[in-house]
Amino acid sequence: MDPRLAELRALIARHKWNDHLFARLGLVCTMIAVLMLFAAILDLFLDGYQRLDGTFLTSYPSRHPERAGILSSWVGSAVVMLVTMVSAVPLGVGAAIYLEEYADKNWLTNLIELNVTNLAGVPSIIYGLLALGLFVHMLGLGETILSAGLALALMILPMIIVATRESLRAVPVHIREAAYALGATRWRMISDHLLPYSMGGIMTGVIIGMARAIGETTPLITIGALTFIAFLPPPPITAEPPFLSVDWLMSPFTVLPIQMFNWISRPESAFHVNAAAAGVVLMIMTLLMNGFAIYLRYQIRKKIKW
Amino acid sequence: MAGIRRHQNPSPKNPLLCVFAPSRNKKHWGWPDVFLKNLCAAGAIMAVLATPAYARGEIVKIDGSSTVYPIAEAVAEEFQKARRGRVRVTVGVSGTGGGFNKFCRNELDIVNASRPITKQEMEDCKAAGVNYLEMPIAYDAITVVIHPRNTWAKTMTIAELRTMWEPAAQGQITRWNQVNPAWPDQPLNLFGPGADSGTFEYFTETVVGRARSSRGDYTPSEDDNILVMGVNRDINGLAYFGYAYYEANKDKLVSVAIAAAEGMPAVAPSVQTVQSEVYPLSRPLFIYVSAKSAAKPEVREFVEFFNHNADELVREVGYIPLPAKAYAYNIETLVNLRLGSNFDGETGAGLTIGKLMKMEAER
Repeated sequence: MDPRLAELRALIARHKWNDHLFARLGLVCTMIAVLMLFAAILDLFLDGYQRLDGTFLTSYPSRHPERAGILSSWVGSAVVMLVTMVSAVPLGVGAAIYLEEYADKNWLTNLIELNVTNLAGVPSIIYGLLALGLFVHMLGLGETILSAGLALALMILPMIIVATRESLRAVPVHIREAAYALGATRWRMISDHLLPYSMGGIMTGVIIGMARAIGETTPLITIGALTFIAFLPPPPITAEPPFLSVDWLMSPFTVLPIQMFNWISRPESAFHVNAAAAGVVLMIMTLLMNGFAIYLRYQIRKKIKW
Repeated sequence: MAGIRRHQNPSPKNPLLCVFAPSRNKKHWGWPDVFLKNLCAAGAIMAVLATPAYARGEIVKIDGSSTVYPIAEAVAEEFQKARRGRVRVTVGVSGTGGGFNKFCRNELDIVNASRPITKQEMEDCKAAGVNYLEMPIAYDAITVVIHPRNTWAKTMTIAELRTMWEPAAQGQITRWNQVNPAWPDQPLNLFGPGADSGTFEYFTETVVGRARSSRGDYTPSEDDNILVMGVNRDINGLAYFGYAYYEANKDKLVSVAIAAAEGMPAVAPSVQTVQSEVYPLSRPLFIYVSAKSAAKPEVREFVEFFNHNADELVREVGYIPLPAKAYAYNIETLVNLRLGSNFDGETGAGLTIGKLMKMEAER
């Protein structure tokens, strides 16, 4: 055999081996992250599975660990998330559309952009203090579901703005031009083309934001969520006219991560089991939320035909 | 241009746009509609914000000390059960200082306190026009704990505790035999609550002689479970915290019997020794009821329920109940609206049940 050919083959084999090696290294890195998460989930589940049953979800917190449940806290988490989503998504998407599609490029826009990017990195306690000063005291909303939802909405707003802008930018320019060519106004172009096409990316931003918000305790502790609550917010539908009530927005509340925190700091170890069980429920809630959003995103992307 | 105009939406002045917006875009995927709906929902929230008057259910709002929290929580739980959910009670954990802060801003019905109200807080409340009823509701015994296999330090004097914990001990007193020559030459590993805690304040005042004056080179934690774990894993460990944590971890720790002075009998903390006034490290716990709130029937009922059931519930959560006449006196305070504090801003350190009762009788 030609020695040069052999040399070449050896070189190729060596590089293939390197390639292979790097793939393995990447796999190890991935597995470390996945296994850590898996171990944490398994540990939580093993600690808490004995309390995971229907009564745990349908009873109020109690000083008796075996009777204590998470009814008020999971309902609290759900309604706070609802307020957060309803207020953060339109604000965030609206701001992103303005910045991306309407705003002129000048120093003011640059300043706003710089601020939005930096806001994403502000520690959550700052948002808590802001919410305490602004919503609880200045606007007089008190320590309520509304204040909590708005505080978390403020916190995830930058994430939604950044994600929305990224996905608006990803829409090919010929889509816009085609819409304009057919005589669409800017808003029709945005609402009929840009938003539908970028909805997948927007959803991703919303998912990431909501997943962070549901596990967040710090901003809620400052507005007084660390509280024993053994009742549900008043229902939104009432028997007497006008049949719709917004009292629930003004109700005191607690949320799952704070209920966990409360149980962890108790002397009786039976409460630590409850905390683990509540952790499992919190994780399931997050997974359900993410799963639903990923499903929606899949459905939307399927329909997009450039 | 005019032609395009005609096909556009009705003027957004129409509030019903929110309701009808979705129908327009049927052939599309509907996402802009969802977006519009969200905008409308946000508008609805803004509308709510604009209405300052909202109906408030009957809520009894309690906040304050984390030490008193288990008692208030137990009472709240039983009270809500007894009232079948007609009255709602919230119990927060902001610490005694944080609780008084809100109380003196008129945000609470009742504040939980692990010490009497201070001079400053009395002034704050006065400035805001908040009057209050003071009710001692239980006793706590600060418990000093050691590892179960620690055989040498089962009894201690207050003076020995002071040698261990005073600021001068920092970096100097690091071995057990430096405190008492009869104890072994082994490292002394101290655990204690952090400086924000009422327990820390009380312990330093009673043992060292000045509130908040303590050595700093120990392992502090606001989470008492960490202190329990620390001593449980270390034969040379020593910690102090509230009686309830000792009560719940009796299988992992041993309590130290405390002698008030050299030659006096050493006393272990228990319900009996605190009630008979022989345990030297006990402190009273309080609730303060806002006078304005005491006029509300649900708060009144709650406070009555509290005092009627305190003996049983206080015992259950690991604290030491006051004698029955103390609770009867509290009911009188409520009925006669006896305002103000018995302590005049003093800390209440070294106050036993007997002295407390005497003070109240004298008033």
